[in-house]
Amino acid sequence: MLSLIIDNRFAIAAVILFVTGFANMMLHPNLIKKVVSFNIMDSATFLLLASRGMIAGRTAAILTDGGADPSRYVNPIPAGLVLTGIVVSVSVSAFSLALIQRLYDAYGSVDLRDILEAMKKKGE
Amino acid sequence: MPFAWNLPYLSVFLAMVTAILLSVLPGAKKAYWLTVGVSAAVTIMSLVFLVFIVRADASYAFTMGKFPAPFGNEIKFGPLQGLFASVFAAVMCLSLLGGREELFEDVDEKKMGLACVMFNMILASLLVLTYTNDAFTAYVFIEISTIAACALVMIKDSGPTLVATIRYLFMSLLGSGLFLFSVILLYAITGHLLMPQLTGSVAKLMADGSYAKVIALILAMMTAGLGVKSAMFPFHRWLPDAHGTATTTSSAVLSGLVVKGYAVLLMTMYCRVFTLDTVRSFHIHDAVFALGFCGMILGSVMALRETHAKRMLAYSSVAQLGYVFMGIGLGTPAGIAAACFQILAHAFTKPLLFVSVGRLASAVGHDKQLRALRGTAWSCPLAGLGFGIGALSMMGIPLFGGFAAKVNFSTASIFGDEKIALTLFVLALSSILNALYYLPAVINIWSDRRPDAVKAEKDVTATAAIILLACGVLFLGLRFTPVMDLIVRGLELM
Repeated sequence: MLSLIIDNRFAIAAVILFVTGFANMMLHPNLIKKVVSFNIMDSATFLLLASRGMIAGRTAAILTDGGADPSRYVNPIPAGLVLTGIVVSVSVSAFSLALIQRLYDAYGSVDLRDILEAMKKKGE
Repeated sequence: MPFAWNLPYLSVFLAMVTAILLSVLPGAKKAYWLTVGVSAAVTIMSLVFLVFIVRADASYAFTMGKFPAPFGNEIKFGPLQGLFASVFAAVMCLSLLGGREELFEDVDEKKMGLACVMFNMILASLLVLTYTNDAFTAYVFIEISTIAACALVMIKDSGPTLVATIRYLFMSLLGSGLFLFSVILLYAITGHLLMPQLTGSVAKLMADGSYAKVIALILAMMTAGLGVKSAMFPFHRWLPDAHGTATTTSSAVLSGLVVKGYAVLLMTMYCRVFTLDTVRSFHIHDAVFALGFCGMILGSVMALRETHAKRMLAYSSVAQLGYVFMGIGLGTPAGIAAACFQILAHAFTKPLLFVSVGRLASAVGHDKQLRALRGTAWSCPLAGLGFGIGALSMMGIPLFGGFAAKVNFSTASIFGDEKIALTLFVLALSSILNALYYLPAVINIWSDRRPDAVKAEKDVTATAAIILLACGVLFLGLRFTPVMDLIVRGLELM
């Protein structure tokens, strides 16, 4: 049991982080915290991907001293996927932060409940 | 390789390059007409491709870059993909034309170019979601379409649209997060991202029974993720605000097309990667059926209570997407084919309704409360007629696309081995509910003329769009057998 947990420690951490992010994103009324939770959720996925792609004793697939033996390197695709994922999550975060700023300008709050109340008062 | 096989790739490329160019090109009018031109060009390219692929009666994988499978990226196309791409591009073009007047009123002139960037991006991502043969590419374009769709809601830049956008954005991000996690898990157990290789690995894993629970989890997460994004009940709460407050073109594109892209991807994943037997063995299809069932009824019930015309149409979209999920939930090829037909029928009908409401409301100062629209059909008879055709199609009156969709669902359920009674019951109930809110709306707009209503200004592009969209609805209603044959053949060649 203990060895199972230790062997899968990255996957377990990833699942805990993913669920934390997911729950907060769904339930928290503060928009900035929602963005933070979204980043936690995505980081969890990247953690899972990076840990699954790593094989102990091997290095990144960069040729240095001319050794082209594939058994010395790990598959570079997971790292590539993590990079792509980071680009996507950065752009989505930037977009949502810009949107939150517009909302703050319009309603003076970053709390979704306050914003909805302000909307009602304005009769929109 | 005939040149026509390059057309799907070229159409995606054209839309993306135009989007990038538009971010620097000045001029609101130029940007708009360029976008219309691109979507028309993509329509023509897709139609030419469709003719060739139907004649060839086969499906092909198209490799991009110099790395062949299993390392490189691929798209795969057959008759079904060609059909979806043609309809998506055509409806995109017609929605842009139909909402032109309101688009120029609602969008700041300086930001028109950026809005057009988003329309092109939506088109590109819809095409990619239809064509792609790579699970991770699908994820990237899901995110692109999320950002573009949210931007299309907020281009009106008023308080309510901002709030609707932020809710839409966070719901969408939950959905794409789930999808990403499921793709990564799939990669972790199979080591592949390309669909043909995934199919082989999943079949092998299913045969020796290892990782069965993980595959069930992956299927559930993928279904939930794409379900959130295509407004599957109970994740539909974001849709009415987002689609109801946006400008007419955005509403038409979002309701008619964007939500469908994810449903198409879900079907591709089910049919191409997991196979329907796997889906059935985990009873995922039963859950999808149940949620579709609830969506059909509750979407209509909520539409019944709505007093704002566009929000009513948005709730009706929830119900119509329920039909799609009900078809997928039948778990048979016939059910999926019926769902594909429903996607096409709804892709024509809902933009027709949105464009017509936009035109009708222009006679009363863009007030879209149902009460305000009373008698407006006399100011713009063609839009009134368009609304009537759309509404009759939604109710399932023969001659129109919606009727054909319902016929297909009924036959699909009869040839399936289970759920016959449930399907027929919910189809009947939903048709009655549809009639309960669409019929009063039609009577409302055609009742006595309002004294203060001005005659709607002449708008050639909107007229053309309404006529062509109505032709699409009628075509699907009258000639549905050949379309259905094409879909069934396309699914076999998936």
